[in-house]
Amino acid sequence: MVEGLLYLASMLAGAAFLLALYRFVQGPNAVDRVVAFDVLTVISITAIVLVALVENRIVYLDVALVYALLSFLGVIVIARYLGKET
Amino acid sequence: METLLDLIGAGLLVLGTAFLFLGGLGLNRMPDVLNRIQVGTKATTLGTLLTLAGAGFLHPDWALKLLLVALFLLFTNPLSAQVLARAAHRSGHVKLSEDGIDHLAEDQGDKL
Amino acid sequence: MNSILLIMSVVLAVAMIAGALMAVYAKRSMAIAILAAGAVSLFASVMFLILGAPDVAMTEAAIGSGLTTFLFFFVLRRVRGGEHD
Repeated sequence: MVEGLLYLASMLAGAAFLLALYRFVQGPNAVDRVVAFDVLTVISITAIVLVALVENRIVYLDVALVYALLSFLGVIVIARYLGKET
Repeated sequence: METLLDLIGAGLLVLGTAFLFLGGLGLNRMPDVLNRIQVGTKATTLGTLLTLAGAGFLHPDWALKLLLVALFLLFTNPLSAQVLARAAHRSGHVKLSEDGIDHLAEDQGDKL
Repeated sequence: MNSILLIMSVVLAVAMIAGALMAVYAKRSMAIAILAAGAVSLFASVMFLILGAPDVAMTEAAIGSGLTTFLFFFVLRRVRGGEHD
């Protein structure tokens, strides 16, 4: 039962990842792409937690913390660049 | 052997990833930049927090580190949305309302 | 349980290829190319984690995504300033 629900959760996360990837490739302007990048990193944090649950190792959550910090800093730097450009 | 806590945790995992899926769907369906920022930040924040809570129900001894990740996401996600909205406004991608009033530009014009 | 990791790695491989193509073919805006390169590095970090190397994943996320993106934006701002002068 728990295993089947984990399968369903990973399927939903993969579908969300593909939808956000479509917007990341297709987005009309730069801010849309940065928003899609933010959504992709948040979905990747969920994927890291799912991998940690499957492999049953707590060390993987440290990677999720570092990932959240660096993606947040990247989005801030890009948004400041886009705001100053014009 | 599956206890009640495991079932609650797996249900929260599926609920959280369903919110992530709805966020990805809304990112494709919304017509405007500000609507995309809103749906791409609120829905995914709720989905990730529910997923972290589900992982905490499945493994109760991971709770401290999961709480740290959840707290960090809860602080940083609205901040990045606000910075992105300001960048969208400054680069001129935001459609104004019918009467053409732009309070943010007026405030920044006063300041600059 | 292994097929969950298989599905995730296939989706990540598709995302990495799409991001790499975007980084190469984004001619209009240099910022979008830098963003796509950082995205490829972030997806590679998750891929290393799936392959069972959390230390390599942490290093890839720190160096490939963080430091390289900051360095590229710093250099891009300097180059644009030189063009206008």
